[in-house]
Amino acid sequence: MKYSLYNLVKNSFSYHENWEKAWSSPDLKPEYDVVIVGGGGHGLGTAYYLAKEFGVKNIAVLEKGWIGGGNTGRNTTIIRSNYLWDESAALYNHAVNLWEGLSSELNFNVMFSQRGLFHLAHSVHDMQEITRRGYSNYLNGIDAEILNQDQVAKKIPHMNVNGRYPVLGALLQRRAGTARHDAVAWGYARAAENLGVDIIQNCEVKGIDISNGKVVGLQTTKGAVKVDKVGLVPAGHSSVLANMAGFSLPINSVPLQALVSEPVKPILDCVIMSNSVHVYVSQSDKGELVVGAGSDAYNSYSQRGSFDMIEHMMAPLVELFPIFSRLKMLRSWGGIVDVTPDRSPIIGKTPVKDLFINCGWGTGGFKATPGSAHVFAETVFRGEPNDIAAPFSLERHFSGALVDEAAAAAVAH
Amino acid sequence: MFIINCPYCGERDQTEFTCHGEAHIARPDNPSEISDEEWGRYLFFRENPKGTHFERWTHDHGCRRWFNVMRDTVTDQIIKTYKMGEAKPEISNE
Repeated sequence: MKYSLYNLVKNSFSYHENWEKAWSSPDLKPEYDVVIVGGGGHGLGTAYYLAKEFGVKNIAVLEKGWIGGGNTGRNTTIIRSNYLWDESAALYNHAVNLWEGLSSELNFNVMFSQRGLFHLAHSVHDMQEITRRGYSNYLNGIDAEILNQDQVAKKIPHMNVNGRYPVLGALLQRRAGTARHDAVAWGYARAAENLGVDIIQNCEVKGIDISNGKVVGLQTTKGAVKVDKVGLVPAGHSSVLANMAGFSLPINSVPLQALVSEPVKPILDCVIMSNSVHVYVSQSDKGELVVGAGSDAYNSYSQRGSFDMIEHMMAPLVELFPIFSRLKMLRSWGGIVDVTPDRSPIIGKTPVKDLFINCGWGTGGFKATPGSAHVFAETVFRGEPNDIAAPFSLERHFSGALVDEAAAAAVAH
Repeated sequence: MFIINCPYCGERDQTEFTCHGEAHIARPDNPSEISDEEWGRYLFFRENPKGTHFERWTHDHGCRRWFNVMRDTVTDQIIKTYKMGEAKPEISNE
């Protein structure tokens, strides 16, 4: 059923009790053309684009928990594309272009809000970094404005620009913003199922069957399934799945935390990021402040970070915004992110034939969801990455052609 | 994992320490002779296990010395800490 004003009115006569379920819970079939492992935004999106753009009929998405219950529902929902290197700019801007039409494409309101994002600069070095990155963005056709202190102070009046962490300027991307993360998973799930994709929840992959170097099947908690092609989109558990297929990855899985405050009236109409003092904050439509910062430095699958990281993100927040100092924080949580050496994702082929991987998004995968899903769908369908995905191959760790966004200081997500 | 037992100083708060990733990775003896793939594996590829992990830590705000930690990455429980150069402990299957 299409979500429309007509159907809203029509359903109001039956007190909204007869809306169809957005997606069902089908049984696992014994055989699929393509199985996507991982029912987050990237995985569901991959299945959607495979069905829609490449006409693949027989697809399943396997999710070990519930859809959107992993990192898709645990991030701080920030979307931007102002990365330094050409390869990243192409990938993340492809995503922003898709974000702009996503709600109407999926017939599901993902609440994409292009409220603008300010990357703060606190030192001469920071000013040089945002200037370099800003000009790099211009050259790649990405909107960027380099602001001085007065311009920033005018736009964000409650920020203390002359405190312990003086704000000398900021890099502003107006097309950046936020979206409702759950809606992204739900929207892709609903749209994918409308195209015939089976979404199987509570189905964990326990083994990967390989015959003569080609993937032929999966062992799951709901039984065995025969497959022609498999796309792994597992986020935190990338290495665990890769080990099942007999290869390893250049990845460490670490906890990344976020927290939200009690809801308050509108006070912050943009997204603030600071790499140097390491905090980022925006206000959700419900009124909560959504705050995040860096990941812990040790490997963990516990979905819990250390308390000192929370202190490490709250201290600069109240220093920059003294007005927030009396807010109560309601909830904090952690997700497990798969971090690569260059902080860029891995999209492409693996040593196993017809087994493809899309992982290593580390601390910043949410913003890329539609772009990642779109290029990965093409990679799975054609068996080769397209021009946007090609630089992000696993082989770059052998050739040395890293896409080093870590040193480019654009990575505090 | 809030308390870490430094082999030199004893039990201290976790915030005094920094983790430096997987332990027991030997630098190849012959870098100029091995392939790009072998060198890439040495530089970048890691075990990243869900379970027992062997890793290097430094006691930055204490003795500043390096040591190894055997830790469970699911529970974050530290199983053992030991000095650099000591043999890798066995993983028991209890």
